[in-house]
Amino acid sequence: MNNLIDLEKKINSELGTKINSTKIKHNQIYVEIDKEDLIDVTLFFKTNKDTKFRQLIDITVVDYPEETLRFKLVYLFLSHEFNQRSIITYSITENEVIPSLTSIFPSANWMEREVFDMYGVNFKDHPDLRRILTDYGFEGHPLRKDFPLTGHTEVRYSEDKKKVINEPVKLEQNYRNFDYESPWEGTKYIKEQTDNNDKKN
Amino acid sequence: MTKKIKNLNLNFGPQHPAAHGVLRLILELDGEVVEKADPHIGLLHRGTEKLIENKTYMQAVPYFDRLDYVAPMNQEHAFALAIEKIMNIEVPVRAQFIRVMFCEIGRILSHILNVTTQALDVGALTPSLWGFEERETLMTFYERASGSRLHANYFRAGGVHQDLPAGLENDIAKFCETFPKIINDLENLLTDNRIFKQRNVDIGIVTKEDALDYSFSGVMIRGSGVPWDLRKSQPYDCYNQLEFKIPVGKNGDCYDRYLCRIEEMKESVSIIKQCLAKMEKGPVKTYDGKITPPSKKEIKQSMEALIHHFKLFTEGYRVPKDEIYTAVEAPKGEFGVFLISDGSNKPYKCKIRAPGFSHLQSMDYLIKGHMLADVPAVLGSLDIVFGEVDR
Repeated sequence: MNNLIDLEKKINSELGTKINSTKIKHNQIYVEIDKEDLIDVTLFFKTNKDTKFRQLIDITVVDYPEETLRFKLVYLFLSHEFNQRSIITYSITENEVIPSLTSIFPSANWMEREVFDMYGVNFKDHPDLRRILTDYGFEGHPLRKDFPLTGHTEVRYSEDKKKVINEPVKLEQNYRNFDYESPWEGTKYIKEQTDNNDKKN
Repeated sequence: MTKKIKNLNLNFGPQHPAAHGVLRLILELDGEVVEKADPHIGLLHRGTEKLIENKTYMQAVPYFDRLDYVAPMNQEHAFALAIEKIMNIEVPVRAQFIRVMFCEIGRILSHILNVTTQALDVGALTPSLWGFEERETLMTFYERASGSRLHANYFRAGGVHQDLPAGLENDIAKFCETFPKIINDLENLLTDNRIFKQRNVDIGIVTKEDALDYSFSGVMIRGSGVPWDLRKSQPYDCYNQLEFKIPVGKNGDCYDRYLCRIEEMKESVSIIKQCLAKMEKGPVKTYDGKITPPSKKEIKQSMEALIHHFKLFTEGYRVPKDEIYTAVEAPKGEFGVFLISDGSNKPYKCKIRAPGFSHLQSMDYLIKGHMLADVPAVLGSLDIVFGEVDR
């Protein structure tokens, strides 16, 4: 399809119930689906002659720790033929296992390993789900919002033991996260107050 | 009598000069033939994405220099474009030309390093000595514009940090005159060199289909005959006003990728020349005082400018809630930023799509059935830089 509006119509008519919502923004098409339909939708995107999203650009996760559907999976696709980009998303809870795309795109292998490493999301049918970027024997999932920026352990060479050891992080000063909100643009507590007052009146 | 033959496991790296950084490659060898390659990466993992989530938008820019540290400004470009698209910032024309010019300088920087080290990996020393001299010249251009040879921190959302110093444009123009001769010299040494060809022709062949399936981009996909370049297909900044060609390979082997890089350097020189010719005097960053810090002179005279300056360097600017994927054609391939903003002064999430990551992933597919000695040749032609693979 040569333009995104036609593409949006096509996707909605062909896939119908499998699509939760679509929108076009920044010259890209955002498609929201359910976890179960991932394989079907991706296959359609890859093989249909009007879509031809032949390349999986990246897979990533967005973490919203305060929501029940904590992780939002994001898949980025590119179609060389029609020069279009699409973004497929769906949300899952913390312990859900999701289908792997490795059978459709071999390049999904490392991308899913990275997602597993960074967020602890598990993939079903992944041929080789190991950690990829973090150290051997690393614990935790660093890109989760509740993982501290400074980490839990630090590494140093111990002169006594003559080897590299892991220790809990010791900081001279805790990591400081400043509140920069401009008072004249309304800080949170003032905004809440004024909003409440507005409601009362 | 039967003898049991066991495959040999070989540890290639992490401290091997031909591993181009800190790659640990576990090879399973049957005699001298590679049966399986398992790259272990992450030895240079610094948690860039996590750090960016905890920094303001302006503080995040230097982290992009440290990804592909061979061509720093190309990465900054992707991030700047992402913010500009979300906030609808118009970039002044001069700033667009400056940015494109420095991106092309970055492309030359990266390709010189790659072509010459690939030659080094297969046994030729001289090209790297000649090439690095030119890289040094290019890095002084970086230094004169940004104050730093490598970690430039020069691009901003809405333009560049400061205008070019006097005389720099002339010197870049002079470089454009002398550099093609150096490319010729390199080509004289390598292109028809018997040993270089023996080591690279028909090694690490990638078919069109596989290039697509393995998410290849940049030279890796063009070497296989797919004419795809984001500068042409999805032009950003002023690329649509410039004329340049996209070199495409035929066989998709290491040698074609080398040829593509050489041709791309020539195109880059022509782009730089065009930028210099079309560049006019003018502002180099947007006038919006909420994004661009005021000049020193203004700060001394105006209270409002002083407040803006203070707020910009403590709080930083806010980016409205949105999500966007922006990609640029970095020297190594498609470098993308998937940015999610939540209306505050820090990105909620910033996923970096590094081309080297998906290229290195295909190592097993590329090297299977080749000889051990081909490993450095294939690795060299993948153009891996660990800053971006490990992030």
